[in-house]
Amino acid sequence: MSQLLRSLGRLRAFLFRDRRDSELDAELAAHIDLAVDELVERGLSLAEARRQAMIRFGGIQQAKEHHREARGLMSLDILLQDLKYTLRTLGRDPGFTTVAVLILALAIGANIAVFSVVNALMLRPLPFPNSQQLLWIAPPPTKCGQSCATYSTDAYDEFRVGSRSYQDVTGYFAFSGPDNLSLKLGSAPITATGIDVIANFFQVLGVQPAIGRTFTADDGRNGAPPVILLSDAWWRRQFNADPGIVGKTYDINGQQTTVIGVLPASFDFGAVFAPGTKVDAITPLNLYGPPRDWGNIITMLGRLKPGISLAQAREDADRVAPSMCWNNKYPQSCGSYAKHKDTGGVVPVPLKDYIGGQLRQSLVVLWSAVGAILLIACVNLSNLLLARAAARSKEFAMRGALGASRGRIVRQLLTESLVLSAAGATFGLLLALTLVQWLAHQGAIALPLLGTLRIDGDALAWTVLIAAASAILFGLVPGLRMAGGNLHETLKDTSAGSGQSRKHERTRSILVVTEVALACMLLVGAGLLLRSFLHVLDVDLGFQPEHAAAVKVAYDDNVPGDKTGDLTRQKRTAIFQQILTRVGTIPGIEAAGFVDFLPLSGNRAWGTPFPKGVKAPDNVDSPLVYVVTPGYRQAMGMRLRGRDFAWSDGPHSENAVMINESFARFLANHAHWPKNDAIGQTITSDPKNDPKNDLHVIGVVDDVHEENVDGEAGWQIYYPATQASPTAAELVVRTTLPPATLGTSVIRTLRDLNPQQPLAEFRPIQSLVDHANSPRRFFMLLVAAFAGLGLLLAALGIYGVISYSVTRQTSEIGIRMALGASAGIVQRQILVSTLRLALVGVVIGAVASLATARLIASLLFATSPWDSVTYIVMAIALIGVAALSGYIPARRASRINPLVALRAS
Amino acid sequence: MSPKLDLLQGTLDLMVLQTLAAMGSLHGYGIARRIEQVSGNQVLLNQGTIYASLVRLEQSGLISSAWGVSANNRKARFYSITKSGRRQLATEAHDWERLTGVMDRVFAMTKREDPA
Repeated sequence: MSQLLRSLGRLRAFLFRDRRDSELDAELAAHIDLAVDELVERGLSLAEARRQAMIRFGGIQQAKEHHREARGLMSLDILLQDLKYTLRTLGRDPGFTTVAVLILALAIGANIAVFSVVNALMLRPLPFPNSQQLLWIAPPPTKCGQSCATYSTDAYDEFRVGSRSYQDVTGYFAFSGPDNLSLKLGSAPITATGIDVIANFFQVLGVQPAIGRTFTADDGRNGAPPVILLSDAWWRRQFNADPGIVGKTYDINGQQTTVIGVLPASFDFGAVFAPGTKVDAITPLNLYGPPRDWGNIITMLGRLKPGISLAQAREDADRVAPSMCWNNKYPQSCGSYAKHKDTGGVVPVPLKDYIGGQLRQSLVVLWSAVGAILLIACVNLSNLLLARAAARSKEFAMRGALGASRGRIVRQLLTESLVLSAAGATFGLLLALTLVQWLAHQGAIALPLLGTLRIDGDALAWTVLIAAASAILFGLVPGLRMAGGNLHETLKDTSAGSGQSRKHERTRSILVVTEVALACMLLVGAGLLLRSFLHVLDVDLGFQPEHAAAVKVAYDDNVPGDKTGDLTRQKRTAIFQQILTRVGTIPGIEAAGFVDFLPLSGNRAWGTPFPKGVKAPDNVDSPLVYVVTPGYRQAMGMRLRGRDFAWSDGPHSENAVMINESFARFLANHAHWPKNDAIGQTITSDPKNDPKNDLHVIGVVDDVHEENVDGEAGWQIYYPATQASPTAAELVVRTTLPPATLGTSVIRTLRDLNPQQPLAEFRPIQSLVDHANSPRRFFMLLVAAFAGLGLLLAALGIYGVISYSVTRQTSEIGIRMALGASAGIVQRQILVSTLRLALVGVVIGAVASLATARLIASLLFATSPWDSVTYIVMAIALIGVAALSGYIPARRASRINPLVALRAS
Repeated sequence: MSPKLDLLQGTLDLMVLQTLAAMGSLHGYGIARRIEQVSGNQVLLNQGTIYASLVRLEQSGLISSAWGVSANNRKARFYSITKSGRRQLATEAHDWERLTGVMDRVFAMTKREDPA
């Protein structure tokens, strides 16, 4: 108790020490006065009384010092003194201070920003309550894209009822394309992107609406009145954040739809489940309506019961899988989900792993890169401080001589580095804040949860941690070096060549070599990533994205009472033909055609057609299906063998299909076709081999990268829109002019033909490719930026050391020049010593890179982690930069006037 | 005259407390004089050192202080012992007696067993 009181008292005394000091002065004065009074009373003269009183009191200063020590916080006092002194010294040397703070701000800023990214994508739990309970339930990856990564509604029902591990299981419709909603407000319909979810979706995720309500089971029943939930962003953008929106009805896709609520800003469907896309609204999926017969359409998610482990959930899934049916109407389809090569067909993984799992490696590399930057910055600062230390060694020797302990001097130096790193951290934080804010608004980068990026408490704690760690790192070496010096030697050490400075120089050289080695590793890493990126840009996509663009087209092919579907097909063909004819006349349009799924943006499969008469092996992946019109192939710029679809491939002619090279090769391996060529052959996916369902391969097209640019292309099959039913219509045009310039005229033409045509976005195909490449580009650019920064810092370090050694050797150089050394020789010698440092650094760095390159192997594309070109180019670049930063001091040295130099010493 | 005694660590605090307990409210000079008188000038006391002791005691809540006026009309800071100061004094005085008792017996023992 009294201990606590005492501490409080000390703190108070520390805070109000001026007042306490003046009080003490008054008290001591009173003491002397009282003593003098008493002595005078005893008969002493005033002067003698005063003298006696002072003697008996002892040292006044000493008493005050004891008083302060007893009452206050000495260490804080010293800290304040050190701080004041530090600010004064740093203020006297603004050049050094600015450079040091700048270096630290860049390094710490980069670290905070990257930490925030890592935190948002990898460390922080998903933005749902108890998110560790959420599982993503999907089959292992296959060639047939989303159709093989999803489940039918019957399978979903069985899984939900049969599993014992989950509180509840939900899912969403995986095949919604962008701009699938058309909202009628005023004259032109407005497009938006909606996703259908199973009614319990928000209960399972634990998301509460900002206003209104989320879906109930009734919203997903047959005949339920249409309802919609708005995203926060769309509500603000399109509806001016109307607080009374709940209950209002709008014409959406031709149906009067009631707004039942607005989702909270913290829930962004795209950020979690479809990175890089925006989802404006959520609608309920009717499980018991037409989707029942749509096959695999549902992406499943579940929330585990408390206390159930992932392993238990896996076992549970393996148990349920055999009883899941693709369609309950076809008993032979039951159990198909259990048949998978190695693993079961129903594999739960933590949702977090599904979302951020593939990024782990990239993030670790990114984190290491900024870590290296921080190290380089620390080494650099150490170097700068050492240079300063050499200049200040006499000051410290003097302080030592006057009685300052070694600890006290190290403490003073550490205070200096702490002040520097605190200033650096402050500016770094501002830098990171800007960077993070900018990144959070890069909606086009296909990285999950990027929108949730922010500087939070974790990031601040991280900042404090790295600032303190780097202060100790860069402050301790020079601190110990300096405080450990011999007083006499330092005081005598007037200038060139004596022991102390030479020792400093060796330390500094070691630091520079470290720096160059680290920069070399960064550069090699960045070079490998850059080379991979260039390879990715060079990938033959199977289509030509330049000069092509797409726009979503609304059409109504509904024919009431059409039993066979033929009338619908005819109507649709007529609509498509009319649009393509009109669009084809627009100047600048070279080719035009329709497709239902654009490459790199969504896909589906319809079973596996196989050569007629050959039994298909089990567990064959299905090719991705595209329904296209004549003209699509040219518009997309795809190469073809055989013939293209024609408008004459009508409902009554034989079924024509085109397949891609990979699929053709696969089929040829199982069939006995002349020359192993699929063209002209017949394939079928009908187990009954009904000739009506025969598919005639009329052409083979090049493999198109459907799901990603840097993976392998899968199998594809193309059906003509005149015979099969597309699920949507993307009009693709190939232009002679830049695509963007034609957007308005194409949309105007579409609206002439169909006033219901919404003002959909006219998207260059290149943007799809860019979107697919955006994560790679993002990581490559960041690592390259860090490598550049590392190079700059290393150059600065080299410059600092060489420049310092030139200054130190001024008189030596002067003597040599006086003895006949030419400017050229002096210059060459300095350059040689620079290059020696750089070379040692590069060799160490290259060896370290060779050893660690395996770590980034998985991020590379068509590039070996030991790619010699990259290594050589980066080594040359680094040595070149080193030579350049050594050249400036070398030039200065060669200009030394021997007379001036000798006189100066 | 024998040389003056150096004060043992902590004894000054105890002397101050006892002085205040016996004399009531006193200023710093009065406390110092009182201790000198009681010790018969045998203690080496720089009067200045009692101020460190006073601030320590006050911060621990064992004494309290207030500005007042001395008998000869000088403004001075007056200290007096608090309740918890008295408790502390009682404990420490008891400890002190035990210690001196022990010391006495230790010295008595050496005298008897000295073989010389």
